[in-house]
Amino acid sequence: MIAFSTLIQQLDQTNKTNEKVLALRNYFLSTPPEDVLWTIALLSHRRPPRPVTTTLMRTWAAELAGLPLWLFEESYHIVGDLAETIALVIPESTATLKPQKLNMLMEAIIALKPKGEDEKKKFIIDHWQSLTGLQRFAFNKLITGGLRIGISQKLMTRALAQAFEMEENHIAHRLMGQWTPQNTTLDQLLFNPNPEDLLSQPYPFYLAHPLQDRPDQLGECAAWIVEHKWDGMRGQLILRQGKWYCWSRGEELISEKFPEFEAFLSLPNGTVLDGEILPYKAGKIQHFALLQKRIGRKNISPKLLEQYPVVLMVYDLLEWEGNDIRAKSAVERRELMERLFDQYQNQNLPWLLSPSLHLPSWRAVGGERQKATAIQSEGLMLKRADSPYGVGRKKGDWWKWKSDPLTIDAVLTYAMRGHGRRTNLYTDYTFALWQGDTLVTFAKAYSGLTDEEFRKVDAYVKKNTLERFGPVRRVKPALVFEIAFEGIAPSTRHKSGVAVRFPRILRWRHDKKITAANTLDELKALIVQ
Amino acid sequence: MKKKNPVPLLEFTSKGIYCSLADVYLDPWRPVAKAIISHGHADHARWGHKQYITHQDNVAILKHRLGAIVVSGKAYGETFSINNVTFSFHPSGHVIGAAQIRVEHRGEVWVFTGDYKIKNDGLTLPFEPVKCHTFITESTFGIPVFHWPDPVEVHTAINHWWAANNKAGRASLLLGYSLGKAQRLLHFLDPSIGPIYTHSAVGNMTAVFEGTHAFPPYQNLTAETSKKALAGSLILAPPAATEASWLRKLGDYRSGFASGWMHTRGARRRRAVDQAFVLSDHADWPGLLAAVKATQCENVITTHGYTDLFAQYLREKGWNARTEKTNYEGESIDPKPTL
Repeated sequence: MIAFSTLIQQLDQTNKTNEKVLALRNYFLSTPPEDVLWTIALLSHRRPPRPVTTTLMRTWAAELAGLPLWLFEESYHIVGDLAETIALVIPESTATLKPQKLNMLMEAIIALKPKGEDEKKKFIIDHWQSLTGLQRFAFNKLITGGLRIGISQKLMTRALAQAFEMEENHIAHRLMGQWTPQNTTLDQLLFNPNPEDLLSQPYPFYLAHPLQDRPDQLGECAAWIVEHKWDGMRGQLILRQGKWYCWSRGEELISEKFPEFEAFLSLPNGTVLDGEILPYKAGKIQHFALLQKRIGRKNISPKLLEQYPVVLMVYDLLEWEGNDIRAKSAVERRELMERLFDQYQNQNLPWLLSPSLHLPSWRAVGGERQKATAIQSEGLMLKRADSPYGVGRKKGDWWKWKSDPLTIDAVLTYAMRGHGRRTNLYTDYTFALWQGDTLVTFAKAYSGLTDEEFRKVDAYVKKNTLERFGPVRRVKPALVFEIAFEGIAPSTRHKSGVAVRFPRILRWRHDKKITAANTLDELKALIVQ
Repeated sequence: MKKKNPVPLLEFTSKGIYCSLADVYLDPWRPVAKAIISHGHADHARWGHKQYITHQDNVAILKHRLGAIVVSGKAYGETFSINNVTFSFHPSGHVIGAAQIRVEHRGEVWVFTGDYKIKNDGLTLPFEPVKCHTFITESTFGIPVFHWPDPVEVHTAINHWWAANNKAGRASLLLGYSLGKAQRLLHFLDPSIGPIYTHSAVGNMTAVFEGTHAFPPYQNLTAETSKKALAGSLILAPPAATEASWLRKLGDYRSGFASGWMHTRGARRRRAVDQAFVLSDHADWPGLLAAVKATQCENVITTHGYTDLFAQYLREKGWNARTEKTNYEGESIDPKPTL
């Protein structure tokens, strides 16, 4: 626990990647294996369920600090981090708790979950009162979860590779899957994996970088495989020893959500496919929104399966005849995959092959990109023909070139304080469109402006507040922004009647008065029928 | 029972805090005929007034910053009257020459703090509570998350940080306001670690205090200073010194920022410095509460910072507290072009 909180402090104190990796490496080498295992789990989003609600934690913290709850809440909104706010408001104590090992503390936290409220309160307050500021912060982070301390899984993998002199790719692969510190050991996880565990283990997903400019800079068009960027859910399908597994990009086993994939068992053992799960009905790819109806459900009823059928749009082959073929070139992998697809074409499997678009020039590729939206694709994927299948978001071989987003001019109506580095600045905005002479909220967005612009909008918000609701301020409508978004669908859950995907601010329209902002009807007209 | 003044002793106007009985302003933000100034920071001591009255140690600071002005200096505790209103300056502990301004008329006493801190910084005369009826207070850090660490430990940490950078052959760029923070930082630097350089804004300001305050040897960084000379040195500069062309001259360096805002992680990340030091010339939460209590006042007026929250808390605790809008800024997290 002491070593862990010191690590958090070290990681916090530098913004240089190499120093972060070095701090992690040293920590991995000097810490007992059971604590290393827990640290890996915590840094790869495998925290145990929260044993107490944050509401209770706020109440207890305010009580212990002798503060009215409203002042604690206001302070929280200003600091922007609950674990930190609690650590800061509670007066420093002189009594220190006997140092506890991280794994012991984590086990105590897990054991706390089913206990009664009084016992939980005692456990938490005892810790608050006996830990020093920094350890108290680390303790709160362990309880509330979401250890956002500027360490990506990639950085952690690099540090592990340096500490244990292993290859980064091997470590990334070993860390995949649904392990917990309670059902494995560091030795089993990294050095001597159990063959049974390996059966279901997925490969790390290779992720594409967004292409910022035109593709001309990528060299000859002929050296690239061009495919559509399908708008669904990434999935990796594993077929080994008569069993099948489907993994999501978030490393969740999602086989149960897609029982129709059991049919893939007719493919040869030792096959792993990478693809996109898409809603598909009557021979047509459907809108992403229909897939959400499946993902959201706990029980997949036969009726649901019939209502919202899915397919796996396959675009890569990672394992073939039991061998990891990720090092083969994209062209070779595609050839094997196409052969497999041809061979099993007649079996009526729930799959499609993502076609490679053979286009003569970048100009033709640009033209194809504009047609993407009409076929439920978000744009194009460019994959270097001679490249291996990489690990994580490695730049250079896979690019996503999305279609231009949809845009609309909207009016700023509400603002909320940001979190993290934007604490204390009003950076989270609500935007509205005209319906007659009233403004109807349609989206929230909090990215897309420069720091300088955020400061200007912040100053406007502070001077033009009409009403306050806790951290939220209703502001005088006067500023117009161009909002970009990826997709749009009708929604019964939104006041505006539409839901937009990934809304963000494209630019501040200084040239427009609010009367020139768009109407809700104009937004609805963008829905593809 | 004392006789009530017909108008409040001090009013908040568009030009600043105004005493109509004496026709004088306290820390006005628009040009006026006669201004009483609490301290030398730009948001309190502005240019363009016909006449300035301030603490005697602040006279040289004002002249350095504002050039040729008509200014008279008073000692702490020395009273002076304008139209039967009695004024006096009392240490606020904020920066050298900083004072609270006490205003008295027919037994009614108001105190305007300007900016202040309770903890002794080892360089400035410490804050002295003044009994009053109405206390006009800053509240820059007026929420309960701000509890300052012991400044002695912070100065030790700064010297350790410098020594480590020195050992690695790197320069240490330490950022802090030119007036107040810079002198406080300089005073406690250990010159046995290496040479100390100052950005000209800091060096020229500090020169004003030569002879009255003790500082380790330092020299202004100039266009002629070589990168080789800077290796292992400490460079003291204002927070606004972030221009790339200037930073390039420093060679290999690590940056540190000394400010009360560095107490929270979000602010530390926003400033993106290598090392944050929690060191403020303003009162923390317990400091603000202690100051209000020590004055034995009935009324509190908060002027800048987390004004609404601090006033609401005080109202719940039984004070008659309210907020007035002013143009004071207190300590800012973002670099701004003030001295």
